[in-house]
Amino acid sequence: MIASPLQSLFPNIDDWGELGHACIDTLLMLGGSLALTVLIGLPLGVLLYLTGKGQLRAMPKFYGVVSLLVNVLRSVPFIILMIVLMPVTYALVGTKLGVRGAIPPLVIGAAPFFARLVETALREVQQGVIEAAQAMGASTWQIVRHVLLPEARGGIAAGITVTAIALVGYTAMGGAIGSGGLGDLAYRYGYLSYKSDYMLVTVALLVVLVQLLQMMGDRIVARYKRH
Amino acid sequence: MTSVIRFLDVHKSYRVDGREVPALQPFNLDIVDGEVFGIIGHSGAGKSTLIRLINLLERPSGGRILIGDTEMTALPEPALRAQRRRIGMIFQHFNLLASQTVADNVAFPLRLAGERDAEKVRERVDELLARVGLSEHAGKYPSQLSGGQKQRVGIARALANRPDILLCDEATSALDPQTTASVLDLLASINRELKLTIVLITHEMDVVRRICDRVAVLDAGCIVESGTVADVFLHPRHATTRRFVEEALPEEAATAQAPGVAGRVMRLTFRGGATLQPVLSRVMREHGVDFNLLAGRIDRIKDLPYGQLTLALEGADTDAALVALRAAGIEIEEMGA
Repeated sequence: MIASPLQSLFPNIDDWGELGHACIDTLLMLGGSLALTVLIGLPLGVLLYLTGKGQLRAMPKFYGVVSLLVNVLRSVPFIILMIVLMPVTYALVGTKLGVRGAIPPLVIGAAPFFARLVETALREVQQGVIEAAQAMGASTWQIVRHVLLPEARGGIAAGITVTAIALVGYTAMGGAIGSGGLGDLAYRYGYLSYKSDYMLVTVALLVVLVQLLQMMGDRIVARYKRH
Repeated sequence: MTSVIRFLDVHKSYRVDGREVPALQPFNLDIVDGEVFGIIGHSGAGKSTLIRLINLLERPSGGRILIGDTEMTALPEPALRAQRRRIGMIFQHFNLLASQTVADNVAFPLRLAGERDAEKVRERVDELLARVGLSEHAGKYPSQLSGGQKQRVGIARALANRPDILLCDEATSALDPQTTASVLDLLASINRELKLTIVLITHEMDVVRRICDRVAVLDAGCIVESGTVADVFLHPRHATTRRFVEEALPEEAATAQAPGVAGRVMRLTFRGGATLQPVLSRVMREHGVDFNLLAGRIDRIKDLPYGQLTLALEGADTDAALVALRAAGIEIEEMGA
């Protein structure tokens, strides 16, 4: 094999293809789980907002129960959540391993977190604007669709960014119990086999990924905040 | 004079920590077709609650509210929403959608009402923006507009569904005096040209004086005085009303109470045509009465010219002079006697 500068820098990394594969796995886990998290967390956040105290569809008991459930899911450490959810994961996607096996726990871990961020973003919408829409004869659904979501889009975009970055951390943790991806490499080669160059490269890639997500998110938020 | 809004024995209280706190004492009120009706009161008097009872943003604790022949309080939710589209509302802080352009803000109530035809929406929006003088700002966002412009967008939006009634919730309180005047002029022209009934709440007597036909004075949840603006403004009876009038005319109250004035101090009120006649000098000359002018103003209440002069009268025949003045349609009150 021809000695390349990469090889001399990172002597233990003999299969760059495996690293590339791990990158793709991480991106797949992130993309899949983020899409589902938004799909579930956004309505859940709207529900939390609407049923909260003094809001359009205030239901204190219902809010209390959903809120508690969200808090329980948020307080379980992700690694424990993954293990606890294994039977559920298996029932849902037919495997506990790999990208597919990682997505259910990622979504169940992140959706409640994202729902809270959505609830907070919606609370930032001025009460007066909602009142104006009511005075115009808007239904609750019309208020959600045409007032709350558009007015809170900056906050929601910021929430998606924060959630995506949290998910990057979760995917890396998932590596420890067989989800694959960059976290898996860092754990197996970098930690268990003392190949610190693996650790360095995977962490560097994760940093780049987080940085890119933050920059994209900030750009979108800034565009919405201009008005 | 048909009434468009009727309050029948309406009252409102809030539950705070398990206790009933009254916000509005039971009252009856009729607002008639095409008038500009003002409700004036200090903050906390209950005027925001009162105006929100009209479109049921606040539900009354008891009594009935009628808009035309429709009993609002008895409507199921969908019918109430349809009814609300017939009632426009503008707000102190404008309450525009920050994420939407001026044109989209104005189009919003049309879309809520189910108008899908983009061409029709555009036409109506153009027409409305032209009416409020904002045609060239259609593509801007609310944050790029001044306060007065924002309120004009609010007015255009409120008129979009051709309502019969326009509710104004402290619509000029966040604006400077000059902008206030132009927004009030706009409201007055809308009232005239569209034959729209306007109900406004305010804490400024000047707003009432400029555009209202009738006024109700609200104090601690009670309507303490109501009537035509000229009657209430020129002859206030309740202490709260008097304070509002004095706030509007501060210097007058001060001079009329100056000490060391000889003679009988009388306040003469001229309304309409009488303001424009040389009645005062003719009567005083004929009866040989001297007068010392202590305070006075000649102004307008909406379209009615009026004059109000505080005079100290000296002379043999002041009583006969007063009779002659009364005969000429001048209202006279003896002050501080």
